[in-house]
Formats: sequence, C-alpha cells, structure tokens
Amino acid sequence: MKKYLSFFRVRFAMGLQYRTAAIAGMTTQFVWGLMEILVFRAFYADNPAAFPMTFEATANYIWLQQAFLAVFAAWLIEPEIFDCIVDGNVAYELCRPVNIYDMWFSRSMASRLSRVLLRCIPILMIAPLVPKPYGISLPPSAGQFLVFLLTLALSFLVSVSFYMWIYVLTFYTVSPLGLRLMVGSVVEFLSGGGIPLPFFPEKVRRFLEILPFASMQNVPLRVYSGSMTPGETQRAILLQIFWLVVLAAAGRAMCARAVRHVTLQGG
Amino acid sequence: MIEMQHIRKTYRVMRRSAGFKEACRQLFRREHDEIRALDDVSFAIGDGEIVSYMGPNGAGKSSTIKILSGILTPDSGHCVIDGLVPWKDRMKHVARIGVVFGQRSQLWWDIPVIDSFELLRDIYRVDQRRYEQNLDELTALLQLEELLRTPTRQLSLGQRMRCEIAASLIHNPRILFLDEPTIGLDAVSKLAVRDFVKKQNREHGTTVILTTHDMQDIAALAERVILIGRGRILLDGTLDDICREGGSGDLEQAAAGLYRKLDIA
Repeated sequence: MKKYLSFFRVRFAMGLQYRTAAIAGMTTQFVWGLMEILVFRAFYADNPAAFPMTFEATANYIWLQQAFLAVFAAWLIEPEIFDCIVDGNVAYELCRPVNIYDMWFSRSMASRLSRVLLRCIPILMIAPLVPKPYGISLPPSAGQFLVFLLTLALSFLVSVSFYMWIYVLTFYTVSPLGLRLMVGSVVEFLSGGGIPLPFFPEKVRRFLEILPFASMQNVPLRVYSGSMTPGETQRAILLQIFWLVVLAAAGRAMCARAVRHVTLQGG
Repeated sequence: MIEMQHIRKTYRVMRRSAGFKEACRQLFRREHDEIRALDDVSFAIGDGEIVSYMGPNGAGKSSTIKILSGILTPDSGHCVIDGLVPWKDRMKHVARIGVVFGQRSQLWWDIPVIDSFELLRDIYRVDQRRYEQNLDELTALLQLEELLRTPTRQLSLGQRMRCEIAASLIHNPRILFLDEPTIGLDAVSKLAVRDFVKKQNREHGTTVILTTHDMQDIAALAERVILIGRGRILLDGTLDDICREGGSGDLEQAAAGLYRKLDIA
C-alpha cells in the first residue's frame, strides 16, 4: 500500500508545481461557466416553465461542474501513461515490483486531485459573490452537502476506473489518439457535460442514467442543487458503487492480461 | 544463478512495399512476417559473474534482457533465475533485480532526481537506514551530489545516466541488467560507468549482464562474452576467443570480421 501512496504523493506534488497552468485553467473555467450560464439565461428568458430544472439549480450545476472539472473531465487523461506505452518506456514500469493497474490508478487519482485542488478553491470563492440567480448558492442542508461529498468521491473513483480502460486498451492499439478523441466526446455528452441529463427527452434520459457516464458527473452535481428526490439519490449511489466495482475489477483483470501479452514498441 | 533453456520468441511484423498502390492494397490485405527474435537460446550464468552479451543490431540482445527481467513472455522454453520464473513470478523476481535501459529513462522528468530515488525506496521497501547508506555510497562513487536536487529534464545525458545507474541499485539488487548503458556518453562518463560497474561487482558480488556495441566496454568489464546473431547463440567464451575467431588483434576488427564470417551482420 505504501508504494502506491508514494506514487500518489510524487504525482500530486508534481501537479502542484504547474502554477501558470493552474491560473490559466482557473480563468478558462470561470469564463466558460459564465458564458454557459448566459446561454442558458437566453433559453430560460423565452419560457422558464419549459425546463426540468430551475434556473438557480442550473447555475449551481454549471459552477460546480467548472470547479470540479478535473474530477471527471475526459481530456485530463495522463499523457505520460500513453507515451510510455507507445514508445515502450513501459518496460521500466514492468520491471518494478508493483501492480501496473494499481500504480496507474493512484497516479491518475493524484494528478486529478492536484488539479482540482488548485482550481476549485478560487472558483468556489468567487462564484458565490456573483449576484443571484447567476451565482452558486449554499446547499439546502448540511446533510445534503455530505451526500454531495459522498457522490462526488464516488464519481471521482468511477471516472478514474473508466479512464483506466483507455490506458489498458492502448496496449492493443498502435496509437491511442482515436480512442481518446472518441471517448472524450462520447463521455462528455453522455455524462451531462454539455447539457445536464434532465434536459434530455424522458426516454433517453432514463436510459442514460443507467450508463456509467451518468455516475461520473451527473449525480453529484444534481445532488448539490437538490434536484433529485431521496429515492433517486439512493438509487444513483448504488448505481455508482455498482459501476465502480464492475469497471475496476474488469479493468484490473484486463490489464493483467495485457501485460502478459505485451510487445514493446521501439526496441 | 541464471538458467535459460531453449528459449524461443517470435514477433509478427507487418510488411509492405513502397508506394501508394501498395499502401492501398494493404488496406484490404495485410502481410505479416514472423521474425524469430530468439531461436533456441540456452545459457547459464553463475552468481557474481560479469557477462557481456554482444551481437549486431537486431540480434536478439534486448529481447533476451526483457525476458530475463520478466517483461516479455517467451513462446517456449524454460528460464529460472534464483529459483523463480521471471514472467510467472514477476513481482517477486523484479524486486531482486536492477535494470538500466540506456535508451530510456526511469527518472521522473519534471521533479528532482532525489524525489525519484525516494519513490524507488518505497517501491522496493528499502528501509530508511539502508537507503541512506546506499545513497551515500552511490553519491560518492558516481559524484551525484549536485545532481540530486536537479530536475531530470535539466541533466545532461552523462549526468542522467549516472543517476539512472544509481537508481537501479538503490535496493541492492543481486542481478544488474545493463542494456547499452554507455550509449552516447563521452569518454569521462564512460570510464566512470565502467569503473563503477566493476566496483559494484567486486564489492557487492552483483551479477552483471551487459549488452553493448562498445568493444571497449566489453574489454574493460567482462571476462565472459556471449555472442548472439539472428536469435542464436554463436559463441560463449572470452575476448580471446572473439579475437581468434575474428582473425584480428583489434577488437573492433575482430567483431566485424566475426559478424561477417558468421553471416549475421
């Protein structure tokens, strides 16, 4: 366990040293959030009754999404891991007494967490100052907030175990680029990254909510704004746990298989 | 003790001829060739030996090292190293070996070298006292003092290689695999690396297996030389044997002569 903690620590410390990237990212997320809210305002101005979530709930959804983007964003996959598989440097990782899957898992967790830490605090400090109804509001209750933290942690783990699949599949492809691009847009759309899942047509929404993508982003954001009933929340949490176990267990087995059949590229 | 018996490994390689027409054709039909990287390779290496593994490019040197270090699984054959099969007991086996790939880096690019060392300490579960002891010794022998606090990206190749070698020895491995450790190094760095490897072997009894194209490396380090070509072991002896078979007193000439004579160049 200690070795994986060390990986976590090294990668976390490394993530914290990129200051300019953090400032740039923070600014992007803030402006992006503001723009998205303005777009939604135009829609709401036309007919507020036509939407499944109140405007305040939508604004909350967007701010949290921007603050915690690094928890679930598909484009934050570790490029070093791809590089080491593509150019064969994975040889070094394979001659260490560590489980590759666990090592990469802790590494991905660390890189995402270091990004979140640098970006979410400023956004969460500024967003409440934005005047109502465009800003972020406090959660309805302390209990609700705890449930939010729980679902956020679960969506973090589900996201990491989902993206681990892309690393593992890279062992079987010549270049990971296609996979990354495709997964990036598909996940973004299906997890409620573009528009919140409640905005989808009823039948599509019901289907999407079962898929692992909903567990990656949609759940915690909606829990915070209180747009889910307790029954729905409970079901969503169980589904998150289900996907975490399935994705991680199958991914770990797949990774072990890939390692046994690996051919190293580039001599 | 390292024992390799009748190891075979083949790779599938995609082939196509030059030109646009051929490129279109291969959209529908791919041609693959089977390359025999290792073809019935057998040898045994005792504890505390230094062995040079030589041969032209593509002879199968790196494949052998990768099988010995548990990274690749051979198609057939047996291999036992200190009672373990490398690719089956990978985790246990790799804890006892150190590997340096001259063309790759094991140090984290953006952080000071010492951080990478501490990570390795935790990975190999080296206790703090022994870690400090080893680090002091390695620092003195390889002159790492100023390098330790520098990020890897700002080291020169020679400096980095010294750090790479130190990194592979932090856990006192019983066997050290060096895959072209002197590639691209200047004269001073080369000498430093050779001296260090010899000392490590003498004082710690570390078994060293080394691949290199530099005949001077071989002359300076190894009593025993294994020559491989087209995936087969062609000679297992001393440098004198190489010179005699190659028909020249000069090492480079002898090696080239031998490659030509055996038709493996």
